[in-house]
Amino acid sequence: MMRISTSWLNDYVDISDENLKELAAKITNAGVNVETVEEYNTPNLVVGQILEIEDHPDSDHLHVCKVDVGEEVLGIVCGAQNLKKNMKVIVSKVGCVLPGDFEIKKSSIRGVESCGMLCALSELGLEEDTPENHAKGIHELPVDALIGTNPYNYLGLDDTIYNLDLNPNREADCTNHIGFAYETASVLGRGVELPETKCHPVKDSVKDELEIDVITDNCPMYNARKVRNVVIKESPDFMKQRLSNCGMRSINNVVDISNYIMLEYGQPLHFFDASKLGGTILVRMAEEGEKIVTLDNVERTLTKEDIVITDGEKPVCVAGVMGGLNSGIDDSTKDVVIEAAIFDPLSIRYTSKRLDLASEASRRYEHGLNYEYTMEAIDRACYLLEKYADAEVLADTITYDHVDKTPKEATVTLSEINTLLGLDITLDDAKRSLNNLQFPFEVKDDTFTVTIPNRRNDVSIKEDLIEEIGRLYGYQHIESKMPRLDVRRGSYVGLAGFRKSVSKRLRSLGLNETRTYTLISPEMDAKFGYDRKMSIPLLRPMSADKSIVRQSLVSSLIHVYEYNVARKVKDINIYEIANVYYNVDEEDTKLAMLMSGDYLSNVWQGIKVKADFYVMKGVVTNLLDYLGYQGRYSFTPSSEVPDMHPGATAIISVDNREIGYMGRVHPSICKKDVFVLEVSLLKLAEKKTRAFKFKELNKYPSIVKDVAFVMPDEMNSSEVEKEIKRASGKLLKQIDIFDVYRGENVKSDEKSIAYSLTFEDETRTLTTEEVNELFNKVIDEVCKKLKLKIRN
Amino acid sequence: MNEKVETLKKELTERLEEVSSFIDLGTVKTEFLGKKGKITELSLMIKTLSPEEKKDFGRLLNEIKTFAEEALQEKQDSIETLIMNEKLKSERIDVTLPGTNIKNGSPNMLEGMIEDLEELFLNMGYDVVEGPEVEKDLYNFELLNLPKGHPARDAQDTFYLKDDELLLRSQTSPVQIRTMLANAEKGPVRIICPGKTYRRDDDDATHSHQFTQMEGLLVDVGISLADLKGTFDVIAKHLFGENVETRFRSSFYPFTEPSVELDVSCFNCGGKGCPICKQTGWITVGGAGMVHPKVLSNCGYDPEKMSGFAFGFGIERLAMLKYGVTDVRSFYMNDLRNNSDRKDV
Repeated sequence: MMRISTSWLNDYVDISDENLKELAAKITNAGVNVETVEEYNTPNLVVGQILEIEDHPDSDHLHVCKVDVGEEVLGIVCGAQNLKKNMKVIVSKVGCVLPGDFEIKKSSIRGVESCGMLCALSELGLEEDTPENHAKGIHELPVDALIGTNPYNYLGLDDTIYNLDLNPNREADCTNHIGFAYETASVLGRGVELPETKCHPVKDSVKDELEIDVITDNCPMYNARKVRNVVIKESPDFMKQRLSNCGMRSINNVVDISNYIMLEYGQPLHFFDASKLGGTILVRMAEEGEKIVTLDNVERTLTKEDIVITDGEKPVCVAGVMGGLNSGIDDSTKDVVIEAAIFDPLSIRYTSKRLDLASEASRRYEHGLNYEYTMEAIDRACYLLEKYADAEVLADTITYDHVDKTPKEATVTLSEINTLLGLDITLDDAKRSLNNLQFPFEVKDDTFTVTIPNRRNDVSIKEDLIEEIGRLYGYQHIESKMPRLDVRRGSYVGLAGFRKSVSKRLRSLGLNETRTYTLISPEMDAKFGYDRKMSIPLLRPMSADKSIVRQSLVSSLIHVYEYNVARKVKDINIYEIANVYYNVDEEDTKLAMLMSGDYLSNVWQGIKVKADFYVMKGVVTNLLDYLGYQGRYSFTPSSEVPDMHPGATAIISVDNREIGYMGRVHPSICKKDVFVLEVSLLKLAEKKTRAFKFKELNKYPSIVKDVAFVMPDEMNSSEVEKEIKRASGKLLKQIDIFDVYRGENVKSDEKSIAYSLTFEDETRTLTTEEVNELFNKVIDEVCKKLKLKIRN
Repeated sequence: MNEKVETLKKELTERLEEVSSFIDLGTVKTEFLGKKGKITELSLMIKTLSPEEKKDFGRLLNEIKTFAEEALQEKQDSIETLIMNEKLKSERIDVTLPGTNIKNGSPNMLEGMIEDLEELFLNMGYDVVEGPEVEKDLYNFELLNLPKGHPARDAQDTFYLKDDELLLRSQTSPVQIRTMLANAEKGPVRIICPGKTYRRDDDDATHSHQFTQMEGLLVDVGISLADLKGTFDVIAKHLFGENVETRFRSSFYPFTEPSVELDVSCFNCGGKGCPICKQTGWITVGGAGMVHPKVLSNCGYDPEKMSGFAFGFGIERLAMLKYGVTDVRSFYMNDLRNNSDRKDV
C-alpha cells in the first residue's frame, strides 16, 4: 500500500478543482488502483462559536450553550467544564454520524432541548478515549477558525489520502508523489511542475573534504554532498503533517527531510554525521563474516553478497538497507554528508530479506531508481536543509556515475495499436495519449518513435506503448466481438474426461465429493502405505502439517471423516479424485472412497442399508461396469495392505493388473466400521474398453438350477465359482448367490453358500435331461475337487 | 311361456339383491345356470314343442340366458368394486411421513464451478487441458517472462521441491506453455486449464496455501483485446446473469501485455454500491491480457504473425461470490452438513 497525500500532490499537478473521489476513480480506471480514498470531511460536523453559557436549571454540572454555527444559532446542552464564552469549538449538528455509528439527534436533556453536541477529540476518534483525554474536555479550535466550515481544516487534517494498491510494474514510479503526479497529469492531460532544488552554496567545495571510491558493479551511481552547521529541531508543520498523512513518524527536521524526499522523488537518501565518517567513502561488497552494528543497535553479520558503505576501512552503512550506529545522525550532529545512490535491486532485495530489514527505502531500491531523480533529490535535500535546518551547503557534488544513459526508444505503428487493441483510434488520438503521458515522440507516416522517460522503467517494448496508449484512450471504447474462428466443440484432453465420468457416476451413487490439501503431515504420509513409493518433501515447509506432497488420499479422507464425526455427522460417504506425486516428479491420479454409517435408510420403517464392505464393493463394481470393464475385474483377499483390516481387505485388479485396494480400515486407526478404497485411475484408464454395441437377446429359454455347497469358513466363494464355471462349460450363462448360511446343521467352522446356475444355449432349446445331467456332473466335480458337500 | 320367463327374471333379480359375496353369487349362478339350474331345466322343455313354438321359445330362452349372464356379471363387478374399495381403504398410507433417505452425492463447490465453466467453454470450442501440479521452474516462471530475480517468483511465495528446478505450480499458466510448446505446427490454440495451484500463504478467511485457478488461452491470427472483451462478456453473463456489465481496467501481469483486470458490474446492487462491491459498483473477477510477445516467441510462435489472449479466474473467488461463501477454508473443510445437492452447484 502506498499513501499519497493529495494536498502534497497538488504541489506538482493542479488538482485543486477536482472532485477527489471522481479523480480516484479515473486514475483507477486508467490502471493505477486507488484502493481507498480517506477523506476528513464529516457531514454536519462544523466549526461553531459559543455565544452564551448558562447553568442548566435542573442540574449542578450541565451547561446550556448558545452556539453560532453560521446559518443558525443552536441551543446545546453540554457537561464539559472547560467551556468559555467566544470559544471556537467542534459542533456535531443533528444528523451528524460520529465514530461507532453514533448519530446525533435532537433531544431533551432534563427538560432542556439540545440540538447537537460539542466534541472532544476522542469523540471524533482522533484520540484514545482515556480518563486523561476525557478530562481535557471540549477541544478548542484556533480563534481564527471560520464558523460553519470543516473543523478538520484546523486539526491539520485538511487532506485527502489515496491508498494505492500498486501492481509490481508501477512500484518504481508511483511510490513517490512526483511519479504519481505524472500519472495523475496523464489522466487529466495537465502539466507537472517539479519542486525547487536551487540552494545557495558557500564557496568551499565538498571535493576538498571528501573522497569517494566505488569498487563494486552493484553500485552504478553514488552521489555525495555535504552541509555544515545544521540545527536539529522540530520539522515545520507542513512536513510533519505530510509525513504523518503518508504513514511516517516525524523524528526531527534532518531525518524528516530525507524521508520527505524519498516520498517526493522515490529516491532514498542516507545522511552520515560527517564528523564520524571522516574524509573517505568506499563502496564495496562486504567481506564474509564482517560485522556492523546498525542504527537499531543490533549487530549484523554480513556476507559477500551484501553491499556496504565504508569509511575506507570499516563498514558504516549496509547499503540501501540500514545505516550504521557508528556514523548516524544524532542531536549533536553539525555536519552532514548526504548520500544519493543507486544500488543493484537484486542485491538489495537479497540483503534486506536475509537481514529481515525490509523498509520503505529498500522497497524503492528493489524496484529500480531513476538516475535523473537521484541527481535532483540530492540538490533538493540541500535546498530543504538550508531552508529548514539552517544548513550551509558546500559547493559541488561528488559523483560516481556508471549508469547507462542511452535513451530508451520504441516504435509502434497506428495499425499495430489498433490491431492489438481491437480499436479504431486516429493518429491524433494516439498523439494525445503520448502527449498526456509526456513521452517525447516523433511521427513519420503512421509510425511513432517514442523516447521512454527514465521514470517509467516498466515501459520498454512496442506492446508496452500500445498498453499505455490504450489505457489512457480508455478501454471502455473497446467494442466486444467474438473471435472469428471455426465452429467446433472442444473436448477433454487426457484423463480429464475419464475423471469427470467417474466423479459424476459416484455422485449419482450417493457419494459426496471432497477436496482436501495436497500437502500433508509426515504422520498422515506414514499411513496407508499400499504400493508405497518415495514421498516428495517440500524444501522449506511453512509448517510440519503441510510438509509432504501426498501420494495417497486415504489419510486425508480419514481426516474428513474425523472432522465430520466430531460434528455429529453419522453417515459419511465420500470420495476424492486428485493427482498424487512420488519419487521426483512422477504423477498418478487416484480415486479414494470412504464409507461409514448408513448408505440408505428410513428410520421409521426400520430400513437400513449400512455402508459395509459389500455396499462399497457394489458401488465400485457399479462404477467399473458403467465404465465398460464388466467381467474384467476381480477382488482377491489380502492381509498385507498396511493399516487395513487383515481379514476384510481386497486387492482390486482389472485384466489381472492391480489397480488398488478396498476394505475395512484397521480397528487400531478407526474403532468404528470405516471402509476405504483407493485405486489408480491412471492404471485403470490404460485398460481400453470397447464401445457399446447392441446385442440381440437369446430367444431360447433358459433353465435355472440351485445348489448349496457346505465349505470351510475360510474358503472364498470365488474358488467355488471358478470350479463351477470350469465344470459347466459354455452352457452356463450366469451364477448368482442367493444365500450364505452359518448355523444349525452347518458345523461351526463351516458355511453354506447357495448358488443359482442359469444354463442356456443361443442356438436351441435345452432339454431338462441334458441340463440335469450337466448339473449333476458339476456338483460331483466341484465336490470332489474342493472336497465339499452339498447341503440338502 | 312368457310368464314363466318373466317370473324367472324376477326371481333371479330378487335373489341377486340378497347376494353380497362371491360364494353366494356362485350359488345363485348354479341355481339358475347350473346343470340342474332353473334356466337349464327350462331349456329342456324344447323337446316337447312344435317347430313353430320352438322358434319362439328359442328366442325367449336366449333372452333369459343373456339376461341372467348379464345380471350375474353385473353383480360380480359390483362385488369386486366393493371388495376393491374395502382393500383400498385398508391400504391407505400416511403420505406425510418422511421418504426413504436416498443419499445424494454432491460435488465440492469448486468442482461444481469448474464443471459449469468447462461446459461453457467446450461449447465455445475450447479444449480442457490439465497439467502437472509438480512443475518445472522453467514452465511455471522462466518461459512466462518471469526470469530469475523477478519479485513474483520469490522463494517466499512459492513451494519449491528442488531449488530453481521443481516446485508446486503457483499458477495454471504452465499448462499454456506446455500446450504451445507441444503444438508442432505452431497452429491455433483454444484451451482452458483448470487446476490446483499453491502459494506460501497462511490459511485464513481469504487466503489459502492451496487454491484453484482456471486459465484460458486463445492464439490465432489477428486476435485483439476486443475478442477478449466479447469472450469475457459471455463468461460474465453466464456466471452472473444477463444484466451484468463488464469493463476492463488496466493492470499488470508479466505474461500479458497489455494486461487488464476483468470487472463485472455488481450483481448484488446492480452498480449502486454495496458492501460486496465495496461501494464501487464493480467487482473484479479475474485477470487477462494479450499474450506477451516474449511468451509467444518462447513457445516458438512468431508474435508478428500470431496473437492471442489469456485470461485467468480464481475459482474460489468466483464460488465465494456466486454462492455467498465468506471463508475460503469452507471449500477444504468438507463439512458434510454444508453439502449442497442442488443441480446448480
